[in-house]
Amino acid sequence: MLDRLKEFASNFFVTGEPMIYMSDVAIVLVSLAIIFTLTYFKKWKWLWREWITTVDHKRIGIMYLISALLMLFRGGVDALLMRTQLALPNQHFLDAQHYNEIFTTHGTIMILFMAMPFIFALFNIAVPLQLGARDVAFPYLNAISFWMFFFGALLFNLSFVIGGSPDGGWMSYPPLTELPTDPGPGENFYLLGLQISGIGSIATGINFIVTILKMRAPGMKLMKMPLFCWSVLASCIVIIFAFPALTIALLLLMIDRMAGAHFFTMTGGGNPMMYINLFWVWGHPEVYIVILPAFGILSEVVATFSRKKIFGYASMVASLMVISIVSYLVWAHHYFVMGASAGVNSFFGVASMIIGIPTGVKIFNWIFTMFRGRVRMTLPIYWTMAMITCFAFGGMTGIMLAAVPIDYQVHNSYFLIAHFHQTLIGGVVFGLLAGLYYWWPKMFGFKLNERLGKWAFWFFNIGFYVCFMPQYALGFMGMTRRVYTYPADAGWTSMNFTSTIGAYMMGVGFIFMVVQILYSIKYGERDLTGDPWDGRTLEWSVPSPAPEYNFAHIPEVEERDAWWEMKQKGQSLVQLNHQKPFEPIHMPNNSGRPFIMSLFFFIAGFGLVFNWWWMGAVGLLGVAVTMVLRSQERHDSHYIPAEEVQRSEAALGRF
Amino acid sequence: MSQPTMNGNKAPHVPMKNLVGFLLSLILTFAALGLGLAHVMSFGMVMFIILILAVLQIVVQLYFFMHFTESDGPRYHIIGLAIAVFFVICIIGGSIWAMTFNSQAL
Repeated sequence: MLDRLKEFASNFFVTGEPMIYMSDVAIVLVSLAIIFTLTYFKKWKWLWREWITTVDHKRIGIMYLISALLMLFRGGVDALLMRTQLALPNQHFLDAQHYNEIFTTHGTIMILFMAMPFIFALFNIAVPLQLGARDVAFPYLNAISFWMFFFGALLFNLSFVIGGSPDGGWMSYPPLTELPTDPGPGENFYLLGLQISGIGSIATGINFIVTILKMRAPGMKLMKMPLFCWSVLASCIVIIFAFPALTIALLLLMIDRMAGAHFFTMTGGGNPMMYINLFWVWGHPEVYIVILPAFGILSEVVATFSRKKIFGYASMVASLMVISIVSYLVWAHHYFVMGASAGVNSFFGVASMIIGIPTGVKIFNWIFTMFRGRVRMTLPIYWTMAMITCFAFGGMTGIMLAAVPIDYQVHNSYFLIAHFHQTLIGGVVFGLLAGLYYWWPKMFGFKLNERLGKWAFWFFNIGFYVCFMPQYALGFMGMTRRVYTYPADAGWTSMNFTSTIGAYMMGVGFIFMVVQILYSIKYGERDLTGDPWDGRTLEWSVPSPAPEYNFAHIPEVEERDAWWEMKQKGQSLVQLNHQKPFEPIHMPNNSGRPFIMSLFFFIAGFGLVFNWWWMGAVGLLGVAVTMVLRSQERHDSHYIPAEEVQRSEAALGRF
Repeated sequence: MSQPTMNGNKAPHVPMKNLVGFLLSLILTFAALGLGLAHVMSFGMVMFIILILAVLQIVVQLYFFMHFTESDGPRYHIIGLAIAVFFVICIIGGSIWAMTFNSQAL
């Protein structure tokens, strides 16, 4: 009995790697510390009532943000481990298998569990407030989205200590990832984790499309909407049409692995290239899903900090929409070398270059907005300028890769690695950080320290170029991606060593950011006005952080940049409080069911990972029961009485 | 003040339309699976019939679950549907086009 248990445990837990043992200890200690703190300060009830069951978009946004930053840390540590291994030739810091696992989790986590929740955090925090709405269209579904993402991410991250991490690359191409060549639960963790969080992503896409189309304040025509909301709309359209392709690709691979089908095997009539095709039908739009909101953030930030209307609003809207449509017509550029006909490659190559046109329009519009504006050099505008520069060059190397003959030379080399990191870090992460600094006071009611933030900025930015510029050269010198070591006489040593220095500088930048947040929680400048940046859109017309109901009276919108226009006319929402009587406000009820349902999804997923069918069945049964209970629910909303709204506005000094 | 997000206190009723739609979509799915497993027709014929079943499946989903005949602002519906049709054609047509390289002399 004891022997069997021992054997089970040695397969179930990941063993034999000192770094993982250290992580095991760290995980246990941190979990104990969290449990102890919550118990000691009697916070369990608070956690459940205020956060786990919440359907408030502002709180869901904060939970997304915390998850995204944690995942940025995990993905970043993966990156540093890889760069440490590659700093010098012939190192044995990581073995080949461990290296495979780390580049797989780094890629998957950064795109799906860092970038996605980061954009969802900013969607949740900014969109309803910018539209003058009291919540998103489906608050309950919003909570489900978050918890599905959370448990999907948890399942994926668990593979690190239980069962073993996936090792097939973040695209996990078959036939390598089919059962005969990739046994063990790692790949299953990837499939199930992505599948579960993907449900949440699609739901968020639907939720925000409906919110934007249906919940705008009276008078806010679509063409008077803030550009961030336009970018969210564009991004959500891409989400709902692209994610199903991923769902299907993963599902078919899962059927191959679990039920012995042959969709993507080399035998039995399967075609592994179809997976690659389906994956990129989602995969390329996916990068637009994460970059479009960053474009929206930049449009808000440059207008606010230049104290000008955005240059070329209509062309900004048009370019967002064009990008979201054309992003569907470029996917095959991820496999130019697969052997498709010249016609296919030419079409997708040209389509990829066409994307550069609307993107160029946006870049020029941002620059023209700053031109002759009074640009205030704060952290959001720092990151904005860094993003414009970095992303423009990343885009240009992208145009190079879109040219099929060049792609034949540099595909799968470090040139490609440098290119997509420049667009995803230099574009998405820089843009999202601009948004984070911009909306932070609205989320938490205090500003982040500028001085520490600038240290973080310079370390991260210089580190970025030191890390990735040598990688372009390494690509030309023939270094391919995913090699875990290289010989000393390859001539790659100095470039690789430089790149590693840059990676560590970015790590230092991240530490400065953490210090900045911790310092500012205690000493940061408090935002008492609700409008710390002299903003232009409606989210700055309410206190920071916004009250539960957002707007005591829904404002009427007449112009673009509604709040700026109101300020020019000497109006404010406080006047509305005096002019109009308070009315009861209809709000959705909190519910623990989204959490419980997603927990059942997690249980089902965990069971399926190990092919424990009984556990999968229990989990899915739980999901079904929670769904039936929800459909029987009759009282899912309440009214905040008028007197309470009045009291709360008075307490905020607004009545 | 009343937001469109929350259900009122309606009495429960049997959703006949949804049940019929559910059954139809199951029948269409299993018909396709059965055809694939039965091996009674030529490959081209099976593909052709499955394609027709897929189009019918889309119609069933749109009619029974997406309520695309109940319009309150037809503009949204038409734009949304047009984008969806465009993407479906691009993805399916594009995939078939990109995956036909096996039949070509390179």
